[in-house]
Amino acid sequence: MASRIFGSGIKRREDPRLITGQAKYTDDLTLPGMAYMVVVRSPHAHARIQSIDTSMAAMMPGVLGVFTGQAMQAAGFGNIPCAWVVPGSNTKTPAYPPIAIERVRYVGNAVAVVVATDRYRARDAAEAVRVEYEPLPAVANPYQAVQAGAPQLHDDAPDNLCFHWQVSGGDVDAAFSSAEVVVKDKIINQRLIPTAMEPRAALAQYNSAMNEVTLWVTSQNPHIARFLLSLDTGIPEHKIRVIAPEVGGGFGSKIPHYPEDAMVIFAAKMLNRPVKWTETRSENYLATIHGRDHVQEVEMAAMSDGRIVGLRGKVWANLGAYLSTASTGVPTILHGLMLSGCYDIPNIHEDVYGTFTNTTPVDAYRGAGRPEATFIVERLVDLVAQALQMDPAEVRRKNFISPFDNGHTVATGLIYDTGNYHGALDKALAMADYPAMRQRQTERRAQGKLVGIGFCSYAEICGLGPSQVAGAVGFGGGLWESAIVRFYPSGKVNVMVGVSPHGQGEETTFAQIVADELGVAVDDVEVLHGDTDQTPMGWGTYGSRTTAVGSGAMMAAIKKIKEKAKIVAAHLLEAAVEDIEYSDGKFYVKGSPGKAKTIQDIALMANVAWNMPAGVEPGLEASAFFDPPNFVYPFGTHIAQVEVDRETGAVSLQRYIAVDDCGRVINPMIVQGQIHGGIVQGVGQALWEEAVYDENGQLLTGSMMDYALPRADTFPQFELAMTETPTNVNPLGVKGIGETGTIASTAAVYNAVMDALAPLGVKELNMPLTAERVWRAMQG
Amino acid sequence: MTEHISVMVNGRVHEADVEPRLLLVHFLRDVLGLTGTNIGCDTSQCGACTIHLNGLAVKSCTTLAVQADGGEVTTIEGLARNGQLHPMQQAFWDLHGLQCGYCTPGMIMAAVKLVENKPHPSEADIRHGLEGNLCRCTGYQNIVAAVQHAAAQM
Repeated sequence: MASRIFGSGIKRREDPRLITGQAKYTDDLTLPGMAYMVVVRSPHAHARIQSIDTSMAAMMPGVLGVFTGQAMQAAGFGNIPCAWVVPGSNTKTPAYPPIAIERVRYVGNAVAVVVATDRYRARDAAEAVRVEYEPLPAVANPYQAVQAGAPQLHDDAPDNLCFHWQVSGGDVDAAFSSAEVVVKDKIINQRLIPTAMEPRAALAQYNSAMNEVTLWVTSQNPHIARFLLSLDTGIPEHKIRVIAPEVGGGFGSKIPHYPEDAMVIFAAKMLNRPVKWTETRSENYLATIHGRDHVQEVEMAAMSDGRIVGLRGKVWANLGAYLSTASTGVPTILHGLMLSGCYDIPNIHEDVYGTFTNTTPVDAYRGAGRPEATFIVERLVDLVAQALQMDPAEVRRKNFISPFDNGHTVATGLIYDTGNYHGALDKALAMADYPAMRQRQTERRAQGKLVGIGFCSYAEICGLGPSQVAGAVGFGGGLWESAIVRFYPSGKVNVMVGVSPHGQGEETTFAQIVADELGVAVDDVEVLHGDTDQTPMGWGTYGSRTTAVGSGAMMAAIKKIKEKAKIVAAHLLEAAVEDIEYSDGKFYVKGSPGKAKTIQDIALMANVAWNMPAGVEPGLEASAFFDPPNFVYPFGTHIAQVEVDRETGAVSLQRYIAVDDCGRVINPMIVQGQIHGGIVQGVGQALWEEAVYDENGQLLTGSMMDYALPRADTFPQFELAMTETPTNVNPLGVKGIGETGTIASTAAVYNAVMDALAPLGVKELNMPLTAERVWRAMQG
Repeated sequence: MTEHISVMVNGRVHEADVEPRLLLVHFLRDVLGLTGTNIGCDTSQCGACTIHLNGLAVKSCTTLAVQADGGEVTTIEGLARNGQLHPMQQAFWDLHGLQCGYCTPGMIMAAVKLVENKPHPSEADIRHGLEGNLCRCTGYQNIVAAVQHAAAQM
């Protein structure tokens, strides 16, 4: 393959529309006759709805309709489906009505919708909807929810237990009884709010004559949205068109099929005019999924030489009030199976209790399960190092899985694809100049300063994934991808893909691949995505799968294009097909590259079809599907250096070194951008971010005034490097890079702060490590 | 009840009768159709809606349209002149200062004023100057680099 553009950091083709304000996000769209919907939400965490009086709201100026859950149900709209039920865990799936009918179960639960001619009038009327509630006791904490006497959310989920899932490998009890050192920790992996900068929005246009609907929606996966909408709207799948226009970030929060998607369709159908709903940010914090929220009791067993022999844990995972689309898969499959991290841990056991609480539903948030697993492993490895007075880098090195290039099975049963964990650690240590870094730490400590160095070595599972595995673990869909590559007479190319990027830059990277593989200029390729009528079926963008799986489909289509082009070239060159060679966009007879047909020549001939080989169809277009044989497992080592202010407890991040390996890199500029953003989100969890509920289930961090997001002024320049260990599960050898930063940085920074505080004897500290929390811990 | 306002937006005068409570950002987006200015929060924290009003970088989600009466507004749509990108727009593109692009218009508008007010900003100046603009994608590193780069061109 000619390598002209693959591997180069060309600028993104997405950007011109984004930097000039010409991009169109969902809320930017306006249709003739369009009305605006506002959702009336419960102010109570748990209550019985006694009555809903819509009469006053209905009479207000500009109001077109006020609808309750009963009206929506009567119109044939069903409950919101959960799309992942993990087998063997006795999972309860209580009814999730899009608009609550008898009971509300979290603050923000929808109770009615108001539609009016403009945003302001709809909001005015929403405030005039009178709802009488009988408040009930509430519970917000996932551990407390399953204790005796806790308020009960769902009649069909006794004790608020959604599931009890276990992962087991080896003989963990034997490992712990023979261990020479056992370390334990109780970890609160706190609840986070994803906060994509674009709030959610949905715009529905319903055609009653055809029973057809078009939904423009902030989605990471329009094809899944269409599939699930066909289950709860009563409109058949082929009559639903879902368009994800420009989407302003997702981080998992735009995977789920949300109640509002069905509500706008319902309202558009009732009123026979287009209806748009746009979330406010405060509404987003209540009504869009949250992430993480585990209470974890974990322990690790090791020998006195630092060899880890076992890991054991119990986790209470908060699912919120209802099951969001992929919720049950996150704390189980994407978490528990990753407890070996990048280490050979022969004996592993974890019990995960998924629990219902009176809180916003919890689902996949950047990293989704792997950060919660990585934090456990990396925290415990540090505690082992501490207990044995070993260097944390040495304990990691000692326990790494040896480099492998064709599969390695870990105790949880996963088969990692390829890895060289030593290489990434060594590179990170060299970049940090580790001995000098420790030396300076010693010197600073002698001056009374609290300097800490923290590590995170990780391996993560992404590139989701083989569909057979998806089925086996209870995911309600496939995880393959598809692509159509289409040449036009002028030699220009459209690529239609089922994945749905929203900031990750695949319009550019996919064009780079096509350009290289087919010998066309990169600007002659346009990548189309995000419209179910325009693109072939695919499962969307999440789980760092877009490039790992989507490019596989594209490569398969490209292969078919080349095969057909070769046949046409042979005909035009009056040679046998087996004598035709291809290189860099040209087809020629073996030995005479001077007399060649370009891919553009062939595209023209195939499209006009004046002189095609006998029996060969016109056109130069191929459709292909790719179902990967395995997941991909990126890995790396991150090192953080922090200093804690003795007076205030404020943590300042001084250095951050990240060495990551995502296999082959298509566009280093884009890969680095993904790592930067991921690091900052993970540091946000370590230091600032937390969704806080009070004991009554009120969200105290209900706006950006109270939920502390990372800002520009709190970071140093990150120091990045890559190692390259290609995967063998897809044609290009690429792994995912969208989530690694987030998976690694939380533990690296947390470990650094604990290292800084070690001289003070601080042993327990929950995230986020705000100045106040750290200061209190320092006071003993 | 409406108020008559006259606002120069991107070099053109627009007259309209608006409710006194209408936010400037909704005037720009819904009345004038200038949807380049985005709304990212409702508490003035995120800066996605930053525009220029009478020479100042302003968060248009916490400004009323009537406050712009008789004033001069520049939005992201008015930043490029004669088909030439503003150096700040160009730098964001060249140095990968954006991913999903949602915070970008506000970030660029804030950064333009930052550099106009302080022509040779240090990295710390830029990071401090942009603390009122949130980005969830880029981790800020390339935004800082882009602003530094643009400052050298402006």
